[in-house]
Formats: sequence, structure tokens, C-alpha cells
Amino acid sequence: MKTLQILGTGCAKCHLLADHAQAAARALGIEFELQRVTDLQRIMEFGVMVTPALAVDGQVKASGRVPSVEEIKAMLR
Amino acid sequence: MLRDWKNLSLLGALLAVVVTVVASHWVFSSTDALRPGALHLFACCPSPKGTTPADRATAALDYFIFHVPKMLLLLGLVVFGVGILRSFFTPERTRKILAGRRQFVGNVLGALLGVATPFCSCSAVPLFIGFVSAGVPLGVTFSFLITAPMVNEVALVLLLGMFGWKVAGLYLGTGLLIAIVSGIIIGRFKMESHVQPWVHKVQAAAGDAGAAITTRQRLRYGWEAVRDIVGRVWPVVLVGIAVGAVIHGYVPANAMAWIMGAKTWWGVPLSVLVGIPMYSNPAGIVPVVSALLDKGAALGSVLAFMMAVIGLSLPEIIILQRVLRPRLIALFVGIVAGGILLVGYLFNLTL
Repeated sequence: MKTLQILGTGCAKCHLLADHAQAAARALGIEFELQRVTDLQRIMEFGVMVTPALAVDGQVKASGRVPSVEEIKAMLR
Repeated sequence: MLRDWKNLSLLGALLAVVVTVVASHWVFSSTDALRPGALHLFACCPSPKGTTPADRATAALDYFIFHVPKMLLLLGLVVFGVGILRSFFTPERTRKILAGRRQFVGNVLGALLGVATPFCSCSAVPLFIGFVSAGVPLGVTFSFLITAPMVNEVALVLLLGMFGWKVAGLYLGTGLLIAIVSGIIIGRFKMESHVQPWVHKVQAAAGDAGAAITTRQRLRYGWEAVRDIVGRVWPVVLVGIAVGAVIHGYVPANAMAWIMGAKTWWGVPLSVLVGIPMYSNPAGIVPVVSALLDKGAALGSVLAFMMAVIGLSLPEIIILQRVLRPRLIALFVGIVAGGILLVGYLFNLTL
């Protein structure tokens, strides 16, 4: 069970990132929970300064860009 | 198999860049060759001599057809370069460089880094908090926040392509100067208490500086940036060029000399006032600016207009309200607008 967190205040890129993350997790067939972190204060607690960002199990894996599905797969393995 | 394909596409991207460089060079060098009017349709763009509707339409169409490929080529090229540059200057690294810096040196560094560390306006707030909570002085943070949108790298290169290095240099130099001076002034005012209280409570995590990345990854970031930004921005560019084309074809020559010229005292403030609420991508505003200059607008007024459009925008001000109290926002807008006005007058008087 992995927790995927999408950090971002709700711009178009955040939605794209969420789609990519979901697609990657489904392709790998792992159980996951997708959370959207939209509260600025909480985003800052991750140490992220440029949104959107992706965190897996609380660890920031990418920020300021939308990684491809393939890249996210590698992050999830 | 997949790896091979990736390498291949990367090679393709590189090839595309080389072709773009060659092609844009050809486009630029052929501009002057064609200007006398050998090949009329692409020979951009003598002002309409006749006043018949057909002449005007031709002039507008010429302008449009000539500028679309040129601007799109340039844009792709710039964005690719910036994407690679961005991989060197992550916000985390910038913050590390700026933390604890003194006034002046910090302001200069902040302004310079603002050019190299591009971010979209939706990230202005998290960046602001990240900087302030890491101990970057408020004035230095502002120097950074002001240059980042105002001295826009896309606008810079487009100016270079359309008007040459002098105008581009003026834009870069004065933009940096405004940011440095504004940052110093804001630092002097000791406005720390005018940051919304919750910002100081945030314990921003340090954030990781990012693992070392390979050259190939940098190239891929560049390519991603091209796909992302050009894919998003091209309609704006088309609209910008279309507006420029209409101005070029239908606005009588020298009409702008009256409104945005150097002769009247109100040309510059009017340009700034019109520019602030407008929010446009820099790639969209440069063609408009070019057409305005054609019609006799003074360089100072036009630069002021462009800086106001790019550097100060209503959406950004609204976003900043979440972290800054109104007085600090007013000071920020006032100082930057004042700086832009000064630049406008300066160029109108001296050029």
C-alpha cells in the first residue's frame, strides 16, 4: 500500500500529475491511495517551493514539473 | 528496445534544435535580403503606402505570415535553452545562495538569479514563503520576485531577435536595476511585520537539493519544456502577432506618436496604467510592441508598457495577497510602477 500525494494548489498541471501518478500505479498493479494536498501551509512542510510536486509515502520525488508515467513507475518501484 | 527508442528520440530532438538554429538564422538573414521587396508577400513589411482597404489587408497579412514562423522558431529555441538552464538553477539552490545575504550584494544576486530561475506566477507564493522562512532577507526576496517575471527570458530573446542587442540590453539592464533598487528600498522600510502572520509560523522543510542529474536528463528537461510551454503558448503568440498585424496594417503611421510618443508627458504613465491590469505571456506581447514601435510610439513608452504588462499583473497581486498585507503590496506595486515610469521617461528623453 503506497500513499501518493499530489502537492499543488489546483492548477492544470496538478491534475495532469495526478493522472500520470494514477496511471503509473495502476500499470504496476500496486495498491495505492491518492491524496491531493492543496493547503499551502502543508505543501511548505514538504519543503516544496515549486508546484506541482509528487510525494510517495511522504517523500518528495519530483517538484516543479510533471514527470512522465514511465518516470513515476520507476519512482514507485 | 525502449531504451533505444528513447535515445533515438533524444537524437531527434537534438537534430531538430540544430535544424531550428540553421533555419532561424536563415530566416533572419533573409529578412534584410528580401526587404527591398523582391518577393513581395514575404518581404516584411513596408508600411502601407496606399490607403485602399486592399493595401491595408496585404500589409497586415504580410506581417502575420512573416512573423508566425519566425516567432515560433525563436520561441522553441529559447524555451529549450531555458529548460536546460533551469536544471542548473533550481529554487532550492537559489535559496541556499541567497540565505543570510546582506543588503545590496544580496539584492544584486537575487535580481540576477531571478533571471535564471524562471517560475510561473502560481509558484510565487510558495517560493516567497520558502525564501523568507529560510532566512533570505525580505528585500532580497523581493529583488528576486521582481526580476523573475519582469526580466523574462523569452521576452529578452524575442527582443534580441526583433530589435537587436541594444533594445534587449536596455530591457535587461533597466529591469535588473528596478529590481535591485526596489528590493533595497523595501528592505529599508523594515516591512517584515507586514507579511501575513502565518508565514512566519511555517517551518518549511529544507527540501532536498536534488540528486545530481546527467546531461541527458538536462536535455530531456529542455525538450519537456519546449513541449509544455510552446504547446501552451502558441495560441497566445498567434493572437499577439494577429493584433500586431492589425496595428501594422490599419493604424495609420505615426498615430502612436501622439499617444505613446516622447512629446507628451502623459504617454509613459498611460502606457503603464494600461499595462498593469493586462496580463499576457511575454511571447504574445513582443509582436504587439514591435508593431507599436513601427507606428511611431517612443521606445521608452513601449518598454514601460511591456514591463508593466509582464512584471506587474493583477492575478499575481491577488495571489500575493495571501502572504502580504495590503500596505506591503501597495509599496511593492508603487515602487515597481515608479521604476518603470522612470525608465520610460529616461529613454524617451535620451533616445
